Amino acid sequence: MGEKTATRAAYGKALVALADQYPDLVVLDADLANATKTDGFKVARPDRFFDMGIAECNMVGVAAGLAACGKKPFVNSFAMFSTGRAFEQVRNSVAYPRLNVKVVGSHGGLSVGEDGATHQCCEDLALMRTLPGMVVCCPCDGNEMTAAVKALLDYEGPAYLRMCRLAVETVTDTIPGYTFELGKAATLRDGEDVTIIAVGLMVQEALKAADILAAEGISARIIDMHTVKPLDTEAVRKAALETGCIVTSEEHNIIGGLGEAVCSFVSEHCPVPVLRHGVEDVFGRSGKAAQVLEYYGLTAEKLADKARQALKLKK
Amino acid sequence: MDQKEQKALALTAAKVRSLAMDEVYTAGAGHIGGSLSIADVVATLYFHTMRVDPRNPRDPDRDRFVLSKGHTSPSLYAALALKGFFPVEDLKLFRSIKGDLSGHPEMNKVPGVDMSTGSLGQGISAAVGMALAGKMDKKDYRVYAVLGDGEIEEGQVWEAFMAAAKYKLDNLCAVVDVNGLQIDGATADVMPSEPLDKKLEAFNWNVLKIDGHDLEAIAAAFEAAQAHKGCPTMILAKTIKGKGVSFMENKAAWHGVAPNDEQYAQAHAELTAAIEKLEKEAE
Repeated sequence: MGEKTATRAAYGKALVALADQYPDLVVLDADLANATKTDGFKVARPDRFFDMGIAECNMVGVAAGLAACGKKPFVNSFAMFSTGRAFEQVRNSVAYPRLNVKVVGSHGGLSVGEDGATHQCCEDLALMRTLPGMVVCCPCDGNEMTAAVKALLDYEGPAYLRMCRLAVETVTDTIPGYTFELGKAATLRDGEDVTIIAVGLMVQEALKAADILAAEGISARIIDMHTVKPLDTEAVRKAALETGCIVTSEEHNIIGGLGEAVCSFVSEHCPVPVLRHGVEDVFGRSGKAAQVLEYYGLTAEKLADKARQALKLKK
Repeated sequence: MDQKEQKALALTAAKVRSLAMDEVYTAGAGHIGGSLSIADVVATLYFHTMRVDPRNPRDPDRDRFVLSKGHTSPSLYAALALKGFFPVEDLKLFRSIKGDLSGHPEMNKVPGVDMSTGSLGQGISAAVGMALAGKMDKKDYRVYAVLGDGEIEEGQVWEAFMAAAKYKLDNLCAVVDVNGLQIDGATADVMPSEPLDKKLEAFNWNVLKIDGHDLEAIAAAFEAAQAHKGCPTMILAKTIKGKGVSFMENKAAWHGVAPNDEQYAQAHAELTAAIEKLEKEAE
C-alpha cells in the first residue's frame, strides 16, 4: 500500500500526460476545473480546453457535437450535475447516438463531506448503468484511475467515469500481477469463505475488512469491480461458486448500483446469498468526509459485519 | 440565385411538402404543421446552400445540418431522399417498424442525418460542438441548425446561444422557425418569447429577420450569414405553420396529428396542384 491520492488528482494528471498521444482529446468543464482537477489540462492545453460555464446540459450536447466530428471529449462536473442535471442530455445526445463522449463525475458519493446532501451524489452509477451501451467505471485509487483514463481513451463509445474528492490510499500498485482492463474485475486478494465485491473507495475498506475477518479465521476474497458496466460476470460467477456467498460494497445507494448489478446476475445464473453494503436509500448530510462515511456505516467494520451475516446465510 | 434556379428550388420545396404529407398520412402519425413551415428553409439548405454529397454522406469536410426541432423529420427525410441520400420509396416506411425513418431522426441509421435529435433544445448544443470542432480543425465547413419557436423555451437553448457567442462561431448559422404556434396554442400565450431579435442581439448574435417562405430571401440570408465574421448568425424566419395546405395553415391543432382519408385527399390535391403549377412555369 502506498501514498494517499484522490482519484480526481490522478485523473487530472493523466489527462495532461496523455494529451500528446491523443491529439483528439478535448476537455470540457462547467466552471469547476479546480475541483474536478482539469485545471492542469486547462493550463497545458488551452486550445483543447473549453470552460462551458455553469451550464452542464449544453456542455454535454456540445461534447456530442465535438464527438460527431471525431473529437474525444471528456466532460466534467460533479457527479450530481454531469449525470443528474444533464441526465437526459447524456441519454439522448450521447448514449442513444453512441457518440464517443466520456462523461466524468467527480465528487461522487458521500465522501464529498462538508457540502452536504445536494452535492453528495449516490445515484450516478444507477443513472448511468440504466443507459443502453454505457460503460460505467469507478476506479478505486490513483494508480487504477491513471490506467482507466487511457483505457477509456482507447475505447470508442459512450462511458461514465466516476471519481471521488477524498484522498485515498493507493492499493493496486502492490498487487502482484495487477493489470487494468475495462470490464475485467481485479481480484486483489484471494479467499474461500466469502467474497467482497467493492467499487471506488470501498475497495480500501474491503481490504481492511478482509484483515478484520482474517483475524477471526474467515478468508475473504476481495474483488475490485472498477467497471460496474459491463459487469465482469465471470468473476462474479466464480465468486458465487467458489465462496458460496457475496457482499457488495459501494459508496452509492444500494438501489441501482453495483449491489443490484451483482444481485441480478447471481439470482439468474448462480444463486447464493448476496448482501448489499452501501447507502441505505437515504440522502447524505454535512460533515467531515470520514465522519459522514462513518455516520452512514460505510466503514470496514460494518462491511465485516455484512460478511459475517452473509456467512450465516450460506448453505 | 437566378430566376431559373429559384423556380427549380420552388418546385423542390413543393415536392418536399407533398412527400412530407404522404409520409405522415401513410404512417398515420407525425408532425405535419411544422414540417410544412420549415419546408422552404430545408429545401434551400439542401438544394442551394449546403455543400453535401449524397455519395459521401460522412465526408468530414461536408456542411452539417442539425434539425434541433427533430419532430419535423418528414421534411428533412423528404429533402434527403430527393437529394439522393436514400430512395424516395423509403419514405413509405416513415415511423414504421420495418424501416429506419424514426419519428425523430437517427444519425446512425439514416444516411445524411448529421445528429440524432428529437428531445427539444439539445440539437443546437450539438451544432455548437460541430462548429467548435470545425474551428479547432481549421475546416471551412459550415454548420446549420433549425429550431422551433416553441423549442426555444428550453433553457439549454440559451446556454448554447451563450457558448456559440463566447467561441465566436461564425461558422454556425441557426434558424428559428417562427410559426408562432406550439402544441398547446400560440407561443405568445404558452410562453412569450418576443422580442426574439433583441434577445439574440443581446446574446451577441448577428440577427437577420426574413420571410421564411421567400426562397430568395432565405438563400440571401444564408449568404449574409456566411459573410458575417466574428459571431454566429441567427435567422428568424417568419413562417406559417401548415404552409401550403389551406385548412392546416396557422392551426395549432395540426402540430402533431395525421390527416384522415378525406383531409389527406384535399391536402394532396392542393400540394399536387402547387407542384403542377410550378412544373408548368418551369417549362
